[in-house]
Amino acid sequence: MLSTSTQFFESDYQSRTSRFLTYLHIDPVLLTGLLLLMAAGLGILYSASDGSIELVQRQVIRLSIAFAVMFFVAQIPQHTLYLWAPWFFAFGIILLILVLVAGDVGKGAQRWLNLYVIRFQPSEMMKLVTPMMLAWYLCEKPFPPKVIPLIISLVLVVLPTMLIARQPDLGTSLLVAAAGFFVVFFGGIRWRILFGSIFTMLALIPVLWQFMHDYQKQRVLTLFDPESDPLGSGYHIIQSMIAIGSGGIYGKGWLNGTQSQLDFIPERTTDFIFAVFAEEFGIMGAIVLLSLYAFIIIRGLYIAATAQDSFGRLLAGSLSMTFFVYLFVNVGMVSGILPVVGVPLPLVSYGGTSMVTLMAGFGMLMSISSNRRLIAK
Amino acid sequence: MPYRSHYSDHSYQASIFKFRAIVAAIICLLMLAGLLFRLAWLQIVDYKHFADLSENNRIRLMELPPTRGLIYDRNGVVLAENKPTFHLEITPEQVDDMDATLEGLSEIVAISESEMERFKEQLRVRRSFQRISLRTRLNEDEVARLAVNRHRFPGMDINARLSRFYPQGEAMAHAVGYVGRINQKELTVIDEGNYRGTTHIGKTGMEKYYEAELHGQVGRQKVEVNAQGRVLRVIDKVAPVAGNDLTLNLDIELQQMAEQALGDFAGSVIAIEPHSGAVVVFVSKPGFDPNLFVHGISHKNYNALSHGVYKPLFNRALFGQYPPGSTFKPFIALAGIEQRRFGVKESLYCRGHYLLPDDDTERKYRDWKKEGHGTVDLSKAIEQSCDVYFYELAYRMGIDSMHDFLAQFGFGEKTGIDLLGERRGLLPSTDWKKKKKGIVWYPGETLIAGIGQGYMLTTPVQLAVATAALASRGEKIVPRLLKEVHVSTDDTIRSREPSKTMIKLRRDSHWDVMFKAMQKVVHGTWGTARATGWGMKFKMAGKTGTAQVFGIAQDEEYDEETVAKKLRDHGLFIGFGPADDPVLAVAVVAENGEHGSKMAPIARDLIKRYMEKYSALSSNKKVSSGLSENELHTAHSDH
Repeated sequence: MLSTSTQFFESDYQSRTSRFLTYLHIDPVLLTGLLLLMAAGLGILYSASDGSIELVQRQVIRLSIAFAVMFFVAQIPQHTLYLWAPWFFAFGIILLILVLVAGDVGKGAQRWLNLYVIRFQPSEMMKLVTPMMLAWYLCEKPFPPKVIPLIISLVLVVLPTMLIARQPDLGTSLLVAAAGFFVVFFGGIRWRILFGSIFTMLALIPVLWQFMHDYQKQRVLTLFDPESDPLGSGYHIIQSMIAIGSGGIYGKGWLNGTQSQLDFIPERTTDFIFAVFAEEFGIMGAIVLLSLYAFIIIRGLYIAATAQDSFGRLLAGSLSMTFFVYLFVNVGMVSGILPVVGVPLPLVSYGGTSMVTLMAGFGMLMSISSNRRLIAK
Repeated sequence: MPYRSHYSDHSYQASIFKFRAIVAAIICLLMLAGLLFRLAWLQIVDYKHFADLSENNRIRLMELPPTRGLIYDRNGVVLAENKPTFHLEITPEQVDDMDATLEGLSEIVAISESEMERFKEQLRVRRSFQRISLRTRLNEDEVARLAVNRHRFPGMDINARLSRFYPQGEAMAHAVGYVGRINQKELTVIDEGNYRGTTHIGKTGMEKYYEAELHGQVGRQKVEVNAQGRVLRVIDKVAPVAGNDLTLNLDIELQQMAEQALGDFAGSVIAIEPHSGAVVVFVSKPGFDPNLFVHGISHKNYNALSHGVYKPLFNRALFGQYPPGSTFKPFIALAGIEQRRFGVKESLYCRGHYLLPDDDTERKYRDWKKEGHGTVDLSKAIEQSCDVYFYELAYRMGIDSMHDFLAQFGFGEKTGIDLLGERRGLLPSTDWKKKKKGIVWYPGETLIAGIGQGYMLTTPVQLAVATAALASRGEKIVPRLLKEVHVSTDDTIRSREPSKTMIKLRRDSHWDVMFKAMQKVVHGTWGTARATGWGMKFKMAGKTGTAQVFGIAQDEEYDEETVAKKLRDHGLFIGFGPADDPVLAVAVVAENGEHGSKMAPIARDLIKRYMEKYSALSSNKKVSSGLSENELHTAHSDH
């Protein structure tokens, strides 16, 4: 089963271009998927920004930087990532604590650490560092993981998650928790423990509810009944659903979405950009776009499955699935089946920080992919 | 190997991982399919619903209020027009520094504290691209000063809007009326759809009566708006249909003449064309400036107008009910000879007072002339206004037959003039007294009614209509202020045929008897208005009247000098002319005007001026009618 797909993915390996890319530690299949997605993303962004060339240019610059970061990370040997993991994790936790103590407030939440040269969000970094740390920890433990390592893994996930949730940044903490969870999942946690803990988690939801901020509770409530507050927090969801629904099968056409072009969709260049896309390209466009994402995710899982060692497998698997969670949470939120949490549509939404993190993640995937080939040869 | 894991453990681990990776991939695909299912639900199943919502979001209907029709006098002089008024408005989003702007502007034009407060309130609640009015009704100076300083205040606009203006001011206030802001009560009555976007509505006078003609049809435009409500483009537009213009029968020149002629008296002058019912003059004095009401009148001004000494807001012509006094005598005399209670030539002797037959009280009913008029027949009774003659006449007729005859002239009934709120006046009868007062009619009251006093009440309009019916020999017309409507949609003229009922007399010659007698009032040697008749180039028929404001006790002398002005008698006059072919019937009521003879010149001058202005027209008419008669005649002889 895997051999046929291997042939499919690696059939053109003999071309000069692909040899050159192999030399640069770049996975050509993943690269193709990413480039297509980014190109589509720029097209959508152009429409979502009322045809602002300036905005698109800035996004192109960001994409270039993110590409450079991906390229750079791809050059780091997988073993180096393994060695750095605990140090990065410790560093990240310290930064997170610093943010809570002395961080800059932006948009009502303490997320930014002002380093005088650049302002950056340590929480973003934790999206990569947390799975690295867990992969580092679990790959050395006996298989399948016993209770004590699982408890330690839980602590390793919960610690950064809680620190980020305190900022408060629900979206990022969710992604960090998901990244950690997937490492444990791929790490071979027994099904009964997995399902047992999932049910326990569900049972604990009411407790979690108590710790949520009012605005977070409001978002969840709004999800179940957006019309209860059509001008307040429900407005985003209602307008977004109107945009998607009115797109119909073939959409209103590029640059012709009335909901988008007349400002009815809030945050339409960032978190709600999918609504713009679905309005202008309809469900046909949505099928194509989601297929493109699926292609990238499956390729990531393929790299994970063919990785040569446990660390690479766990990290690659987790990164691919985190990318999926990104997509699922964003589209789910925009289409009104998940609460509004600040998760952008990966590689399409306007904005720099998450893009750099994502591409650094793909850099790691490529590093793992090329490590596999190096060992195979 | 970099890691410490066992090889067999490693391969076991790898196969477990591969399995889980496939599970993960399947879960991913299933969840993506779930998302697509959700999207399909929104985009295919509920497509219509969301497509409608999206259209509702983007498309807004805006009402375009129509321009109100204008009102002209019979010669095309504008009585009510729409004039641009200038307003100072500010678009907040274009202002850099609001405080500095407001301060700077208040140095250039006066801005009251309440205006400033209202502006700041609006600033809070409205969207920043919506213009907010800061000062309304700028005068020319202020507009000029603002225009010069415009560059200093970005976001400032001087905006012109049409608002109602009455160039004639006081003179036409009671006839034309005024418009004002639509109030809550009116909102429940009007066709809301057609009044979307309209702020003002006719409140009184013609403005109210012909509201439906004047208002027009609202227009609509479909516009595309963005989420902030800003209009981006017009998709579709149905232009409003302007209201119809009205041309009135009123003549502004005669109207002003009559108003001035009343001098300081409060009162009313009505002049009607006897055959058409066209109301040429409609004066209720004092008037008021209708322009005060257009933009909302202040409490101080309103109180002054509604509770002032003469209550200028009170429309005397329509609502004022006065005892007609001696102006009633021609009608009563007609009743007498029609009902054969008195011969045309029959006379009686006036001793200066009258004693009711079969009355023990010996109460004397006094004539205005203490020494009496001597032998009096109908002609002399009218000419000299002999009260005793009419006491006797009334006594012979009785109140109920008097009532029945006089009702034909419209007394006690609404005239049907095209204004709202008209009063009925009061034409008493025994029935009426039993119903309203619950007591029987006393014979003495009949005598008082015979000289137009007692319960008798008429409005000036009623008096004028009755006079016109006399002048036209029995054509009782419905008086009309409106001459014609200029229909704006198809540019045609619409007018109504005069509506009239005929008063049939037993003998047509009785009209001539009355005409002659009334002519003597003005032109006779002893006529009560003989002073007016001197040197007149045409003959006018008329009757003076003096209505008592309060009763004078027996044997008490009435002294004009000592009676406070408010208690002096009302002076009345009715008249028409020229007597051989009357073109205009006039009724004048002057409150506390003391004697009707003082009012006769008003009627004379109005008729004179009317003839000067319009006799050319009437003589033309005669020529044409003469021609047709000739033609008829020749046709007949050929036969």
